[in-house]
Amino acid sequence: MKDRKKSFSAFIGICVLLIFVIILENISGFVPNVPQVLEPTSPLFTVLKKAAVYSLVAVTMNLLNGFTGLFSLGQAGFMLLGAYTYAILTVPTAMKEQVYYLFGGCAFDFSLLDMFEGIFGSSGAGGAVSMILACLIAIVLAGCVAGVFAYLIGIPVLRLKSDYLAIATLGFAEIIRAIFQWQKLGKVTNGANMIKGFPTFSSFNITDGAGNTILRLSTFVPFLISSVCILLIVLLIHSSYGRAFMAIRDDEVAAEAMGVNLFKHKMLSFVISSFFAGVGGALFAMYVANAQAKAFTSVMTYEILLIVVIGGIGSVSGSVIATFLYVACSEWWLRFLDSEHYIGSFKVPLLRNGFRMVVFSVVIMVIVLFFSQGIMGNREINIGALFKKRRPKAERKQ
Amino acid sequence: MEYAISVLLSGISVGGQYALIAIGYTLVYGILRLINFAHGDVFMVAGLMGIYFTATMPIGVSIPLVIILTVVLGFTIERVAYKPLRDAPRMSVMISAIGVSYLLQNTATYVTGGQPMTYPSIPLLSDTISVAGTQTKWVVIITPVLVLALVLSLNLLINKTKIGMAMRAVSKDYETSRLMGIKINMVISVTFIIGSALAAVGSVLFFTNYPAITPTAGAMPGLKAFVAAVFGGIGSIPGAVIGAFLIGICETIIKGLPSAWDVSVFSDAFTFALLIVILIFKPQGLFGEAATDKV
Amino acid sequence: MRKIIALLTALSVVCLAGCGTAGGAAPTSQGASGDVIRIGVFEPSTGDSASGGKKEILGMQYANSETPTVEVGGKTYNVELVLADNGSSADKAPSAASELVGKNVSLVLGSYGSGVSMAGGPKFDEAGLAAIGVTCTNPNVTAGNDYYFRICFLDNFQADVLANFAIDKFSAKKAYCLGENGNEYDQGLIVFFKQVFEAAGGEVIADSFPTNNSDFTSYLNKAKSEGADVIFTPVSIAYAKQIMEQAASLDIGIPFLGSDTLDDNMVLEATKGTNLQLFVSTFYQEGGSETFDKGIKDYINSNSDAMTANGGNDTISAVTAMGYDAYYVALEAIKAAGSPDKTAIKGAIPQVTWDGVSGSIAFDEIGDAVRDTAYIKTADTASGTWAFEKVQTGSSAQ
Repeated sequence: MKDRKKSFSAFIGICVLLIFVIILENISGFVPNVPQVLEPTSPLFTVLKKAAVYSLVAVTMNLLNGFTGLFSLGQAGFMLLGAYTYAILTVPTAMKEQVYYLFGGCAFDFSLLDMFEGIFGSSGAGGAVSMILACLIAIVLAGCVAGVFAYLIGIPVLRLKSDYLAIATLGFAEIIRAIFQWQKLGKVTNGANMIKGFPTFSSFNITDGAGNTILRLSTFVPFLISSVCILLIVLLIHSSYGRAFMAIRDDEVAAEAMGVNLFKHKMLSFVISSFFAGVGGALFAMYVANAQAKAFTSVMTYEILLIVVIGGIGSVSGSVIATFLYVACSEWWLRFLDSEHYIGSFKVPLLRNGFRMVVFSVVIMVIVLFFSQGIMGNREINIGALFKKRRPKAERKQ
Repeated sequence: MEYAISVLLSGISVGGQYALIAIGYTLVYGILRLINFAHGDVFMVAGLMGIYFTATMPIGVSIPLVIILTVVLGFTIERVAYKPLRDAPRMSVMISAIGVSYLLQNTATYVTGGQPMTYPSIPLLSDTISVAGTQTKWVVIITPVLVLALVLSLNLLINKTKIGMAMRAVSKDYETSRLMGIKINMVISVTFIIGSALAAVGSVLFFTNYPAITPTAGAMPGLKAFVAAVFGGIGSIPGAVIGAFLIGICETIIKGLPSAWDVSVFSDAFTFALLIVILIFKPQGLFGEAATDKV
Repeated sequence: MRKIIALLTALSVVCLAGCGTAGGAAPTSQGASGDVIRIGVFEPSTGDSASGGKKEILGMQYANSETPTVEVGGKTYNVELVLADNGSSADKAPSAASELVGKNVSLVLGSYGSGVSMAGGPKFDEAGLAAIGVTCTNPNVTAGNDYYFRICFLDNFQADVLANFAIDKFSAKKAYCLGENGNEYDQGLIVFFKQVFEAAGGEVIADSFPTNNSDFTSYLNKAKSEGADVIFTPVSIAYAKQIMEQAASLDIGIPFLGSDTLDDNMVLEATKGTNLQLFVSTFYQEGGSETFDKGIKDYINSNSDAMTANGGNDTISAVTAMGYDAYYVALEAIKAAGSPDKTAIKGAIPQVTWDGVSGSIAFDEIGDAVRDTAYIKTADTASGTWAFEKVQTGSSAQ
């Protein structure tokens, strides 16, 4: 009973958030003279989009590292698989010649977008339906490809313990990247070149016949997809499978003794995490409007890992909050540290290109060393409880 | 034939440099069970210090100074970033190591302004020599010899001295050796000091051979050295060295394969594939002792 | 106690941030009087391409110090450069681009490197803000983006020039090409080079090395044992430096051909005192304009930051000249538009022509510069300077 009430309030909370995002994004259309920051081209929305995408990936990483106790560093590799699957499936065939210009076109002469446009038409409501369907199916397939690869990789590596698992998954991510960059596969992966021209978040803005934007949904879409995925992950964590995951994290031997099939549950967690990482990769491709293997390096995995740590290992809401703070700090609020500034005639020392990243890494070290529980520890924000007295759950034993 | 020799030569020199870094990994892992991700970056910082010092000081002064300061850096990193987390879960320590690595790379970018820096040429090491018809630098010949000498003396240190005995004890059983009155923190510091000193020596050899230093220059050699350490059996110094040479040679052979096959891009991927295969079939590595899981 | 120290550290960082914002919010002393036109500078100053990006910024800053005002409609505006670091990576580029959009710049210059330009491009497109690429040479930068222009030549032209040069100068029959795996710049040039060179009856052996590789001796020895007549290495600066150093110690004896990235004093330094033969194709040849050469050298020598950005000496990089020209093209566009309005400026750019230090600049219908010549220069290894080799045009077929 109490649980149902809780999930109902969480559901309401997400709906309110999504409506708020739509209003926020379109406020400049209704209210004249809004502050600069609310203009649709403001960095605010770029940061929101990126954070929405990264929060999904951070939660998938938390599912592995925080809830199942599997130290995996392969997230960038699965994102890469997702991004490429999405990109290859949705680039319109008419664009392929231009995009694959080094290879004389794509070997994969098919596009979900064209297929649905053939059925529903390419303009007006039919165009909208076909794009939504194409994108959705491509995103799901992106997740599936990542999941299948995770299954294949998981068979050998999930037998490994902690650090060894970390380094093996990191290695797999590097191998996948090298394969996707290989010029010989250029007809499919476009080699070193980026794949572009597929529908991005901005394609979801609703325009009238003259090309004027009526309703902006480009920030709403990543929020919607991410929150649905995160919701699914939360449901999984609260299911009996989730409890088995946590049992494995807390004590493998005890969990096995209680009848938890270690390998099966680890594999389940790994495949599901990778599925959503693949979805995250597809969203990432939509965010940067291209897919290129060069972007999915181990640095990206480390970044996501740091987000998870800052948010608190074992807290979904922590990961989400940390993502928004992290992305906003690194890409927006701290940017001024990169250029010279004057207070009156006093030149602020040290401010120079690259200083932002130094300050940023110092902050990260401080968090890692002194607040190793992160922002949320392993607690969760309980939306229902926000209105009542806050009652943190008892600290779980590490 | 000439070509084969040249490939083998560069393989040996690459392997030798990995070996010097790998020893640092294997020692730290043996004792703390920590993949010290920052080790490769310490190596890069040693290289940068080499550049800045030789610009103002004679080589005879600057190289010892580089070694001393690298040791100080390694020691400080351990005290500041790892020691407070001694009782924390292993994942936290590893994340702290990633954080240190991030900090060192970003600071290096800030200081150098992102420019690739040139390592100075060091007399003798940088001179060229002709071996069986292929030109190469002296450092290529010196590296394996130096590595061998260092490994032998390190082996002496570990097997014959008191501190060596303490190190072995700590790596066997951390808790028990603490109960036996071994000063754990001292042993760990010594480990980091040895590892950093070797990384500093490695940086001199490596960057004399490959003189452009970028802030990420340490990441790849660091990762490969770790793979070498796992390959040879983590905790075993001869294992790490042999693993490093094997990986170095395999890598250069793959790079040297005919271009028509276009497989040279997979030289890094091959290293990781090898690692995974080793981990699955022989998790303790070539020379590692099989670990027993205690419940 | 530890937490207190940590809090203090965090607090001081926040304070620093606060100071910075205060300083940033207050108008800078130079820009306080009169009206201001802002020009966005979208360049990497961290990451792999930082070296090139900074040199390009240098050219713009010098041009800005030379001509800090522009007269539009009888009114004098101060021109202010607004810098945003795109971090040389596609995932940081969109937020850097929207940072510029958010700061109300009138148009954007940059970037060095095509990948970031393609990732940031859609943001400019959405905001209706024109961007003038300075040295992004990939065909896909301007294709499909109405708002992206560029003043440099394209990859296929450059590869064509170098292939013809190899045939003319060395009567080369066999070329060895070496590029970074997964780098669209390297691989694109190699593919185009191969097309031209093989069409002329030559043979091409192409190899790629993994990212962050440092041992190139195997590749160089392979080139030697294969009996290549020339080695074509269109790689980024750090790799080029590494390759030159190793080639010198191997006594390779085969001439090297490089693309515009190799026109850098870091690479030049590596060839000094060796017997290497290095030929690069580039946008600008030192000595092309005496007033510019003298002016920029004085500027670099009088400003320690500029000196550091230029790699510690006053050799002029072609990208600096390009940055300089880009700034003047921007001023011309503003004058032609007759207002600081971004839409008017975008409309004016296609008609702009400008006789710059790197040659005359005009735009074609895609937005690319109309250029039919490139300079070839060679490294004078005795004195450590660049020497002019010839002006090379492409094949007549192009």
